Amino acid sequence: MSEVNTGRRQVLAWGAAMAGVALAPGVTLFELAQARSPEEAASNKVRWGMLVDVNRCASDCDACVTACDQENGLPQTKTPTSAQWIRKVELKDLRTGATKSAPVMCQHCAEPPCVDVCPTGASFKRADGIVLVDRHTCIGCRYCMMACPYQARSFVHEPVTGQKPEVPRGKGCVESCTLCVHRIDRGGTPACVEACAASGHKAIVFGNLNDPNSELSQRIAELRAAPLRPDLRLNQGVRYAGI
Amino acid sequence: MTAATLPRTATGRFWALAAALGVVVLAGLGAAHFMEEAGHAITGMNNRIVWGMPHVFAIFLIVAASGVLNVASVGSVFGRTEYKSRAPLSGLLCIGLLAGGLAVLMLDLGRPERMIVAATHYNFTSVFAWNVFLYTGMFAIVAVYLWTLMERRMNGYSGAAGLAAFVWRFVLTTGTGMIFAFLVARQAYGSALLPPLFIVMSLAWGTAVFLAVQAALYAGSDRTIPPEILRRIRNLLGIFIAAVLYFTLVYHLTNAYFAKQVAFTRFILVDGGVYPLLFWGGFFVLGSVLPLVLIWHPRLGTPRSVVAASLLTIVGAFALLYVFIIGGQAWPLEIFPGYATSSTFADGTIAAYAPSLPEVLLGLGGVAIALLIAVVGLHVLPFAPQDDPEARAKASASA
Repeated sequence: MSEVNTGRRQVLAWGAAMAGVALAPGVTLFELAQARSPEEAASNKVRWGMLVDVNRCASDCDACVTACDQENGLPQTKTPTSAQWIRKVELKDLRTGATKSAPVMCQHCAEPPCVDVCPTGASFKRADGIVLVDRHTCIGCRYCMMACPYQARSFVHEPVTGQKPEVPRGKGCVESCTLCVHRIDRGGTPACVEACAASGHKAIVFGNLNDPNSELSQRIAELRAAPLRPDLRLNQGVRYAGI
Repeated sequence: MTAATLPRTATGRFWALAAALGVVVLAGLGAAHFMEEAGHAITGMNNRIVWGMPHVFAIFLIVAASGVLNVASVGSVFGRTEYKSRAPLSGLLCIGLLAGGLAVLMLDLGRPERMIVAATHYNFTSVFAWNVFLYTGMFAIVAVYLWTLMERRMNGYSGAAGLAAFVWRFVLTTGTGMIFAFLVARQAYGSALLPPLFIVMSLAWGTAVFLAVQAALYAGSDRTIPPEILRRIRNLLGIFIAAVLYFTLVYHLTNAYFAKQVAFTRFILVDGGVYPLLFWGGFFVLGSVLPLVLIWHPRLGTPRSVVAASLLTIVGAFALLYVFIIGGQAWPLEIFPGYATSSTFADGTIAAYAPSLPEVLLGLGGVAIALLIAVVGLHVLPFAPQDDPEARAKASASA
């Protein structure tokens, strides 16, 4: 039996290590190429969405609403004419009398009725599934508010004060949850999701619906979450578990 | 001017009328300016009732604009000469009502100064965008139609122009009905019955407006409306009022039959406060039954009762539109079926709405724009019905 040639093995190991070092930057570059630079347009490779786990949502907590108001410079007072991009809806089961609570915001539909009816194309859906309003072409006709099945849109009824530089608003236009698009484009998560996690409830999960391995997709599958009014077949980006 | 011609409005009366209407137009414009400066917070509208009183006025004016052309269509498309002499007035009123309605609609926008955006950016899946073409096309077609009617050398084309206008106005009113028919999640809307309902509403309301304006014109002269013409148009109005009643009945019957729609129908027709009151009192009794009695009761049907019937039909139209537009939005969206809901955004509750003065003034301003166009048109051009009793007598003798 011949002796093991350890020298040759050493050479092979070094060779493999060298090859790894040489390839690693390329692999990293490939990953970086999948991410999006600020100049690059949104891509349909991702579809941003959320899961609301109603069983984890506390009736006495409105951290998501407060965070949204602060992040987007929305009024703190709630009146019939004030903008409310996210609201807590208290639910009472008509059969059992059981009560629940759930946040409701723009559902970022894949087939958004607001986009269909908008005469100027101001309501639009980005390639990554986020439904937005172009403040430069919205004429304030409010047809999108008539069309939205979730009452998710608000009309700016009064002159706006205290605007945030990243969230331009204006009297006479319609607006709604942007999924905190300015944060997402920097690689962040929506303010409501962050606040919900900070409050300890973790009732809102954000992520990529296109990625079956994302926490969002896995939790949706695990909890059998469904969209609100599935009969409308709008393929909403926000899903609810526990309704 | 022949002896049978209605005199143009006397100068003194014309200026008085034009000035009075001008004041209302100015009040409407002032209200719109106030709404734009302060924002819609000063109106009764809110995030639940997004379309309010201005839309009631605007939709009435636009729907009636299409229907008022009916008199001209009967003349040009169906060849009734007695209607033909009324075609120019019918066309003028169409343009006036359409202009008034569109003015209200535009001035109620959140950003009315962005009309240029609406004229340059189109989303062709939006029925609103289609309507921009339908409304501007209507102006153009009726203007050409009027030209063929009033310019002797163009008379030969009036039949073709009349047919084009006839078809266009059906498409236009279908488009107006589709604004509501295309709403997927609102219980009051989203019905294929709405476009035909809007068409019959246009026929009734347009005929009523025509009869009311015609009566005012004749009241200002020493002449009377030829009785057989009054009888014919009066009967048309009666048929159209009955047709609106029929379609409205079918709409509510269908809703009452579907379990998911029962609560909404009950709200609109029984326990919704102001809405059932306006529906039964305003639309049904005052706006439908009473006009039908005034038109067809053997002892009635006189010129006076026909004017009363026309005015009541218009009152009924406003009542029906208020119930349809405001009542339809007041009913909450069903976002969580099987749950009672409440929130800071008025989920699960009947939305409150009280029309404000600026909204009403803006709407009245639109009506005044329509009437002002009619008054000026009638003063400067021979739009008034030109009856020739001798020719008609000959025609009926030879028939």
